[in-house]
Amino acid sequence: MLLSLFLLLIAVWLGGIIMNDNILEMHGISKEFTGVKALSNVNFKVEKGEIHCLIGENGAGKSTLMKVLSGVYPYGTYEGDIVFEGSVQQFNKISDSVKAGIVIIYQELALFPDLTVYENIFAGNEIKQGGIVDWNRTIAEAKKMLDKVKLDVNPETLVKDLSVGKQQLVEIAKALSKDVKMLILDEPTAALNEDDSENLLDLLGELKEQGITCIMISHKLKEVISIADKATVLRDGQTICTLDASKGEISENVIIKNMVGREIEDIYPKRPNKTFGDPVLELRSWSAYAVHLGRQVVKDVNFHVKKGEIVGIAGLMGSGRTELALSIFGNPKSYKLHGELLVDGVPKTLKHPSDAIRSGIAYVTEDRKGDGLFLIQDIKNNISAANLKRIAVNGVINDNEEVKETMEYKKSMYIKASSLEQVVGNLSGGNQQKVSLGKWLFVGPKLLILDEPTRGIDVGAKFEIYTIMNQLIEEGMSIIMISSELGEVLGMSDRVYVMAEGQIKGELSIEEANQESIMQLATQ
Amino acid sequence: MEFINEAKTLFKDNIRDYGMYIALFVIMLTFTIMTDGLFMSSRNISNLLDSTGYIAVLAVGMTLVIVIRHIDLSVGFVAGFLGAIAAILLTGMGVAFYITIPIILVMGIFVGLFNGLLVAKFGIPSFVATLAGMLIFRGALLQVTEKTGTIIVKDDGFNAIGNGFIPSIMQVNGLHLLTLILGVLAILLYIYSEISTRKNKINYQFEVVSKGIFIVKLVFVSAIISYITWILSGYNGFSWTVVIMLLVVVIYHFLTTKTVLGRHIYAVGSNPEAAHLSGINVNKITYIVFGSMGMLAALSGILFTSRLQSATTTAGTLFELDAIAAAYVGGVSSAGGVGKITGAIIGAVVMASLSSGMNLLGVGVSLQYMIRGGVLAGAVIFDVMTRKKRG
Repeated sequence: MLLSLFLLLIAVWLGGIIMNDNILEMHGISKEFTGVKALSNVNFKVEKGEIHCLIGENGAGKSTLMKVLSGVYPYGTYEGDIVFEGSVQQFNKISDSVKAGIVIIYQELALFPDLTVYENIFAGNEIKQGGIVDWNRTIAEAKKMLDKVKLDVNPETLVKDLSVGKQQLVEIAKALSKDVKMLILDEPTAALNEDDSENLLDLLGELKEQGITCIMISHKLKEVISIADKATVLRDGQTICTLDASKGEISENVIIKNMVGREIEDIYPKRPNKTFGDPVLELRSWSAYAVHLGRQVVKDVNFHVKKGEIVGIAGLMGSGRTELALSIFGNPKSYKLHGELLVDGVPKTLKHPSDAIRSGIAYVTEDRKGDGLFLIQDIKNNISAANLKRIAVNGVINDNEEVKETMEYKKSMYIKASSLEQVVGNLSGGNQQKVSLGKWLFVGPKLLILDEPTRGIDVGAKFEIYTIMNQLIEEGMSIIMISSELGEVLGMSDRVYVMAEGQIKGELSIEEANQESIMQLATQ
Repeated sequence: MEFINEAKTLFKDNIRDYGMYIALFVIMLTFTIMTDGLFMSSRNISNLLDSTGYIAVLAVGMTLVIVIRHIDLSVGFVAGFLGAIAAILLTGMGVAFYITIPIILVMGIFVGLFNGLLVAKFGIPSFVATLAGMLIFRGALLQVTEKTGTIIVKDDGFNAIGNGFIPSIMQVNGLHLLTLILGVLAILLYIYSEISTRKNKINYQFEVVSKGIFIVKLVFVSAIISYITWILSGYNGFSWTVVIMLLVVVIYHFLTTKTVLGRHIYAVGSNPEAAHLSGINVNKITYIVFGSMGMLAALSGILFTSRLQSATTTAGTLFELDAIAAAYVGGVSSAGGVGKITGAIIGAVVMASLSSGMNLLGVGVSLQYMIRGGVLAGAVIFDVMTRKKRG
């Protein structure tokens, strides 16, 4: 009797040890943002000392999952359990997860550009003696950390004077200074050139030798294949599978298939008759150089849109799609432009968004809250904002005419709000998107550029927006649709361009285009 | 019962707009009681409004500057400097006042455009750019008044702007007739415009307030206009300062609420990036707003110089902060895109009423500053709280 109890105890203990092979287990994680389910019942297990890649399309929930893990979304705002090193964790803020040994490094580095390398490494974690910072020890410690990441720079260099690749290493050094057990990297090589990328991947391999577990979010499948011990694929907020390299499961085909394996549902309404006219917009050897970034954001693009056509631009985030749109739409970011832009076959120079609007081009921004809408103003003022001429005589606005005309857009676009006087900031994402779209339809353009037209909105509102798009095409408009959602690109477009690294990597007719062919071009 | 319910919801929905009027009413009532009616006497109200003029016009311009998320610290000494230039033109060079005034206003516009250039073209934070302007114009004011000291202006036409009153055709029972006529005209115009707006809305089949509420509103506003007219006509009638102030308010109110330009200003204030992408020329709006601020600073300088009948070496000191305070009491938001012209003028009158009332009560200067500071903080707290409620 006693013996059996003893054996039972041993079994439990052994079980505990076996359990401990997994440094991290996330059980049944669900996370909802007002109306949109970002994660549903996600399970994610990471073994101690492995490099585990997290893969999925944009919006699949990777970043949300990592934010849950690192305490950006505090305990209680999500469902499910985080088990780290064998015990359930309740992180209320980022510093809690850091204390436990989990450090996340974002794509946009969180460094202070005007501080030195050593100040950055110990920012928020200063080496103090009685409240006074001990700078000498700080510099000495910083040197040790820099050695660990094999970065050979003077710790007194300002971070802004380092290349992006070296800045990334400083971030990792900073993480190491905090006794990190698990390092999370969100697309670490997205902004790096090949040499820097390779260096970084080598370093990750070395950290693994030192027993540091690493989770890496990446879109570059070649990297994943070369470095990952395991890879978990997320899709639509759910875990699809976990692939194991030691079993030879990680290959490009398998990953892509799992990433995009969604069935195209019929939320994409069909247009019966497709007839295309002459090109409305054409770009010839079109390039844009961003002075403030010091790099080419659009490279030698040849491109056209015909009347009555929906042209999809697919590609991953940062592939230059938005930059291309902005360079067409009056160049608000003041890129240096080269090449030819033709509207209805006539060469044009569009120096300001107002020039583009006058030429009949409209651009519905990807970030409706940031640069699309006037959130503190009401629906009426937002819809009329880009074309006040329509409701004004000699510069004086006819308020009643404004109410009448904007009301028609509110109705025809099914904007759900108590009145036209409702402040746009209080509307749901879907309704905000419709107001944003309505603002541009109020202008009466012939070419509409939609940048991520359905990001962050629910399926019902998506369907309504697709329906509106089809109506506009019927009325003789043309649409360029930039989208990270492959389903949407395939469901709505008549022709697809795939972008990566500022270039058009391929043009596919809708018959040729499928999820695999697009992903292949986009991840080249 | 229905009538009361409608009044209640209207009040709740517009508490932010009414807040200032209520505050002004409470302040005036308090002082009237504490001074046994002296505060509301014709003479005091007339003086109060005249002494508000040069701050009120600045507050109007400042409101728009703050609406587009900037600030202009230079306006005080720009007003002082341009006032001194006006005095020099009038006395030293013998330029007629009706030529001097447009010259000064145009100079003001150029000063404002220069500020706009620093802010829009060179991207200098407006706080710093106009702080530099403040120092420069303080120096310039000292420079031009250095030799002569205070410049006394003897031009009657010019001095009338700050001290004179519109002519009375005849006195009726000791009341100023032209002022009364203007008051009646204003009431008729107000009633006419309200009725035609209402009719227009009904034509468009839009919702309007019930007839009862509408009539109450008409009677209430008419009563206020009559009361002010009656008080002022009991002294010397409308002063030129009040006329100019009203003109500025009416023009700017119209520009900001009824025109495309006004919409663009508020659009730039609420989201400059979105405004840019909507085809609005953000730089142009910045130039216009700073240019108008410069012109109003010049006007302020004219009003102040005329009121003192002289240009002094310290004219304009702290005007900019009084104007900023008035704008904030009037409900402008530093986050941009929010703030009304009517608010600015009420804000200026609130601050002037506080000074005037406390002077009548013999409150010491030290305490006056503290109380005005408290009111400023209180007004902004009220504003922030009511905004949260709505948000």
